Parts: sequence; structure tokens; C-alpha cells
Amino acid sequence: MISKKVELLVGFFVALGIAALMFLALNVASSGMSGSGETYNLYAKFQNIGGLKVRSSIKVGGVVIGRVEEIKLDTEDYAPVAKLAIDAKYNNFPDTSSLSILTSGLLGEQYLGLEPGFIDETVGILGEGDFIEDTKSALVLEELIGQFLFSQGNE
Amino acid sequence: MDWIQNLGRNTIERFTAIGRATFMLIGAIVAKPNLVKGFPLFVQQVYVIGVLSLVIIVVSGLFIGMVLALQGYTVLVDYGAEDSLGQMVSLSLLRELGPVVTALLFAGRAGSALTAEIGLMKATEQLTSLEMMAVDPLRRVVAPRFWAGVFSMPILAILFSSVGLLGGHLVGVEWLGVDHGSFWSIMQASVQFEGDILNGIIKSFVFAIVVTWIAIFRGYDAIPTSEGISQATTQTVVQSSLAVLGLDFVLTALMFGG
Repeated sequence: MISKKVELLVGFFVALGIAALMFLALNVASSGMSGSGETYNLYAKFQNIGGLKVRSSIKVGGVVIGRVEEIKLDTEDYAPVAKLAIDAKYNNFPDTSSLSILTSGLLGEQYLGLEPGFIDETVGILGEGDFIEDTKSALVLEELIGQFLFSQGNE
Repeated sequence: MDWIQNLGRNTIERFTAIGRATFMLIGAIVAKPNLVKGFPLFVQQVYVIGVLSLVIIVVSGLFIGMVLALQGYTVLVDYGAEDSLGQMVSLSLLRELGPVVTALLFAGRAGSALTAEIGLMKATEQLTSLEMMAVDPLRRVVAPRFWAGVFSMPILAILFSSVGLLGGHLVGVEWLGVDHGSFWSIMQASVQFEGDILNGIIKSFVFAIVVTWIAIFRGYDAIPTSEGISQATTQTVVQSSLAVLGLDFVLTALMFGG
């Protein structure tokens, strides 16, 4: 008859297969993995988010400081709202900071560029749950071409 | 005249072989299964066929994932699209390389062993002795091996794809510096569970049936001499590799072509 060791190894083999299937189903086919470390949330309302996705990166001067956690549509004015998770280390951006949707390279992924604003006595610091007011929407190529053609026609 | 006769003989031989293979398979799997007696034999064969193939599958998966990431990166970086590396690695592994390479390795590692084992059983007249003792060799020897092969290969293919993805992550993210978030987020945005993962599993299930069937039949049908067994082993590897590659095209056309 078969030994305990063989049974154990076969059980291990099957469990490994199930674990790998779970890994593929949960981690590769849908979201679920969260970033590491402490974060705080900011919100930003755009007119058009273009190709921005959940888990796109947020950069200051090219350095990644956080990720887009959630994108939903505001049901009052039908503008997309992005929920940002920013690394808790970077917690003193003034509320004059501006946020724009940029593209890395010609065909690359879209990301959020955060531009820190000026600081004086009247300016507060962005904290948990605050909205970034100054946002620039994604450039949509078709709109750009349309504007260009329109301005050509006026001349 | 001679060559026409040869052609006829070859054709008849091939078709009778297909017929014998089908009868063998039907005899092995249609017979009323005896769970109490059959299950330990099945577990033993899963160990021999599946568990012992684990090392070669995991190591090849890791290296194929790493090579895919490295080669993909050098091309994608020219277009500034290296963030899509995860998508490229995951789709090639889940749709094609996982099932196909696993089936080819399986044919070489487990298929050849199955043929040689059953062929030697036949050559040393163990199969005949079983029949003498009123034990059906199809049910006692062939059926557990067939089911174990069909059961093991999809698991091995899933493991191959997962380990390959980890290898791609290792090279792409840890070494070449692709952004960790983009690597996984673009992958997650493009991989669908039914479309990609499930179809890959169906593929490897079909390959498992074909490869195990060929391996067992070649052993069961081998000429009971040492040359016969060596020929049968070679035929197993050649025929199952060709069958896997040919079927892969058909399955890909059915699943992703339309």
C-alpha cells in the first residue's frame, strides 16, 4: 500500500496547485494587492481623467509618492473624482498645490503629477480627506486636433 | 505497384492503431470504477507523474518568465512602454507558454517514463500474468495512470504560469526597474479570469488527455523487446510533442481567433 509520505506529498502538490490558482485569480486577474506602509487620502475632481487607472502612480518631480486608490463619478455634477493614497511621509503639501494628468512617454501609462504650491500664512496644509482644488485634466488627442483645426479655420 | 502496396499497408496500420488506442482508452475509463481499490493506485500515480515533475516545471517556469521579461523589456523600452511588461509576460504565459511548455516537458519527463514502464511490464509478461490472475490490466495498470496524468498536468500548468509570473516580476521590477504598481495594475486590467486563465486551463486539460493517452498506448502497444520499448519511448515523445503543437494552434484559433 502507499506510504504516508506519498500521501503527504500528493496533498502538498494539490494544495500548491490550488494556491497557485488563487494567486492567478486574485492577484493577476483583478485588484486586491494594496501598497505597503502608512498612507493618507486626498481627493481630486477632474473634468476628464483620460486613461488614468486605479493604482496609477502619483509623482512629484518624477518621484512616486502614492497611488490612485479609487476612481468614481460624482453623481451631482458628473465629474470623475479620484481618491489618492499618498505616503504618510509626504504630509505637508500646501493646499495651493496643483495636480495634472500626465503621460509617461509617447505611448506610456498615464500618471498624476503633483506640483507643490507656494506657502504663506494664509495657506493651509493638505490633510486626510481634503480636496485638491487646482486640477488639470488629461489631454485628449481628438480634442486637441479639433481645437487646432478650429483655430486654423479662423485665420 | 510496390509503393502503392506500402501506402495501403501503412494506412491500414495507422488506422488499426488508432482503433486499438481507442478501445484501450474506452476499456480503461468506461469500466465501472472501484473507488476503494482504485483511489490508492491513483494517488500513487499522481505522486510519480505529478509530484516528481514538480522540480523541472517550477525551474523551467521561473527561467522562462525571467527570459520573457528580459526580452520584452528590451523591445518595449524603445517605445517607452515598459510599463506594459506585466501584461505581455502574463498573457504569453497564461495563454500559450504555460500549457504548451508544460505539456512538452510533461511528455519528456512523465510520458516517456509511462511508456517505458508499461512497455517493460508487457515485455516481462507482467500484463499477461495479471490477466492470468483475472485482474484486468486496463483497469489495474492503465486507468490510474491515465487519470493521474489528466489530473496532474493542469495543476502543473497553473504552477508553471504562476512561477513564471514571479520570475518576470523578479527581472522586470526588481532588476530592470519597471514600476511595481504599473507592472501589476496593467496586468490586472488586461487579464480576464474566464478569457485567459480558464482557457489556459482548458488547453492544458486537452493536452493532458492527448499526451497521457499517447504515452500509455505506445507502452501498451510496444513490441515486447528492448528495441521495441526504446522505439515506443521515442515515438511517445515525438508524437505527443507534435500533437500538442498542432492542437495548440487549433485551440488558440477557437479560443482567441474569432
